Amino acid sequence: MIAIISLTALGVALGLGLGLAARFLRVEQDDGLASEIEAMLPGSQCGQCGFPGCGPAAAALASGSAPVTLCPPGGSALVRQLADKLGVKAQTSGMKESVPMLAVVEEALCIGCTKCFRVCPTDAIVGAPKQIHNVLREACTGCGKCVDVCPTMAVSMMPMPVTLQSWVWHKPAPAVAPAVAA
Amino acid sequence: MVRWGVHPDARKQAASPQDIERLPLPAMLHIPLLQHSGAPAKPVVSVGQHVLKGELLGARQGNISAPVHAPTSGTVVAISDYPAPHPSGLGVLSISLEPDGEDRWIELTETDPFSLTPAQIAERVAAAGVVGMGGATFPSSVKMLLGKRSQVHTLLVNGSECEPYLSCDDRLMRERAAKIVEGIRIVLHAVGATKALCGIENNKPAAIEAMRHAAADFAAIEVIALPTRYPMGSDRQLIHVLTGQEVPSDGRSADVGVLVHNVGTLYAIQQAVRFGRPLISRVVTVAGGAVARPRNLDVLIGTPARLLVEHCGGLREPPARLLMGGPMMGLQLPSLDAPIIKGSSGILALGAHEIAQEQPSPCIRCGQCVSACPMNLMPFEMSAHIRIGDLDAVQGIKDCISCGSCSYVCPAHIPLSHYFDYAKGELTARERGKMRQESIRQLTSARKERLEREAREKAEAAARRKAERERAKAATAKEATS
Repeated sequence: MIAIISLTALGVALGLGLGLAARFLRVEQDDGLASEIEAMLPGSQCGQCGFPGCGPAAAALASGSAPVTLCPPGGSALVRQLADKLGVKAQTSGMKESVPMLAVVEEALCIGCTKCFRVCPTDAIVGAPKQIHNVLREACTGCGKCVDVCPTMAVSMMPMPVTLQSWVWHKPAPAVAPAVAA
Repeated sequence: MVRWGVHPDARKQAASPQDIERLPLPAMLHIPLLQHSGAPAKPVVSVGQHVLKGELLGARQGNISAPVHAPTSGTVVAISDYPAPHPSGLGVLSISLEPDGEDRWIELTETDPFSLTPAQIAERVAAAGVVGMGGATFPSSVKMLLGKRSQVHTLLVNGSECEPYLSCDDRLMRERAAKIVEGIRIVLHAVGATKALCGIENNKPAAIEAMRHAAADFAAIEVIALPTRYPMGSDRQLIHVLTGQEVPSDGRSADVGVLVHNVGTLYAIQQAVRFGRPLISRVVTVAGGAVARPRNLDVLIGTPARLLVEHCGGLREPPARLLMGGPMMGLQLPSLDAPIIKGSSGILALGAHEIAQEQPSPCIRCGQCVSACPMNLMPFEMSAHIRIGDLDAVQGIKDCISCGSCSYVCPAHIPLSHYFDYAKGELTARERGKMRQESIRQLTSARKERLEREAREKAEAAARRKAERERAKAATAKEATS
């Protein structure tokens, strides 16, 4: 009897507590989610997703108006994280297998104008006025902003080369059921 | 006793009866700077430079790395990408050396290994570029230092050579047993272990006899005949059979107080510590149904695989598959241009009758892969998850040692180990993606900080100039009034 009463009392008290907490301690869910998502995005404001920056992209993701596959620099790792966060199913199979790109400077065309490294969101281009610029491969996110500003078309994008370290086995072809003779 | 594994037809008879032959000096050597696990070596020679046999070509960089040395005297003709012995056929930075035919050594001094301290031994092994020669190519000195730190009590000597076709370790034990035994004693001395157990599969009676004879005077070394079972040569399986201990899933062999070294590695350690000779050659088995005269060759590192096959009478039929290493775990080679590296135990050219060419059919849940798996995994279930792309649901992929036993026994010919190789690569790529994302975030915030700092400095400089101007103006105004 005591057990039933005490457990009932406990249930009522905790239920009330939860109800009150839900009313008074409520967080603005949308904003919170958007800022959490923004923290997950690379933050390079590269604009490859079509939004002006990572903030608006995060807001669109939070409201469900943008697909989780929108961020090319984030790659499939980010897609999975976002899908987990938003509780949606990651459509990695439908996602076009976008190869990570890399900016390259054609030395013969570069005039050393410094425009490209001014716009680079990750400081991945090194150079000085009237000196040939070069791209640090490890830091390049492939956003392509440098391509747009180059006055001599010396910067171009190329797929990131496969090395022994990044090479992986392809997926085996699925088994086929042996044809049954009719 | 041993419940796991498979029993493939050994097919060692073609090559194992003949003595090791030395391959004549090739016309060109291509020495990759990455032949080991860890960071690639950094080239320290320039094109056109003449080097002596044993001279340093590439220095180790980073904690886990190994140097590479000139296998013979000659001239460096190129430092460029050359096809790696790898299924992708991609290039790896290599040093091309044209031998001058003199084969002149650098100056070497003989030292008594037992007068050296453990640290000095480890340093000599590291400087000689010795790596695990069973195929894993992990730098041996790193392993020895780790063994010293974690108080290893037993050295396990891996002479099992469980891969079919291969007999390079068998020949080495038969012909150079005394040197291997000295290598064992050097490692015992270096890591402070008290005993060594040398495990050799019982299909190599001559090797067991030779090793027992060579180790007869040393009570600390015991030679044990192991049942013939693939993959006996895998370290976890060998440890379990020899000591009864099981290495934890996320642990190392040092966690159970043992250190495992391959017999080839111990031979290389002996050569390095006693004579100061760097690792510049190794014994390679050339075999397979397509090879005219299979045998074991003593080959300089960097020799193109084609020369080995040509020395063995060439190909008697077009090879259906080319492999570096054994048929179970070896790497498929796109061509015979690839050079021999420190981890190449064999060059196999298999004929059409020797490879499985059946089409895979659906899994019938027979469970043979489960009984074969030496790591107690469930390959059929893992591959089913991988097939539908659900990599997070795959259990135990990190424990898979890629031995290929499951693929070997599968009656439906499902390429199980191919699935696991794919999944491992994919998981590593994901990990890389995560790290990349993290580094992008750091770079972006670093840039933001830089821009803010520059703006602040500019504003401060402007404020300073303004203040100076005003001071000057005030001074002139004062002068004018006075």
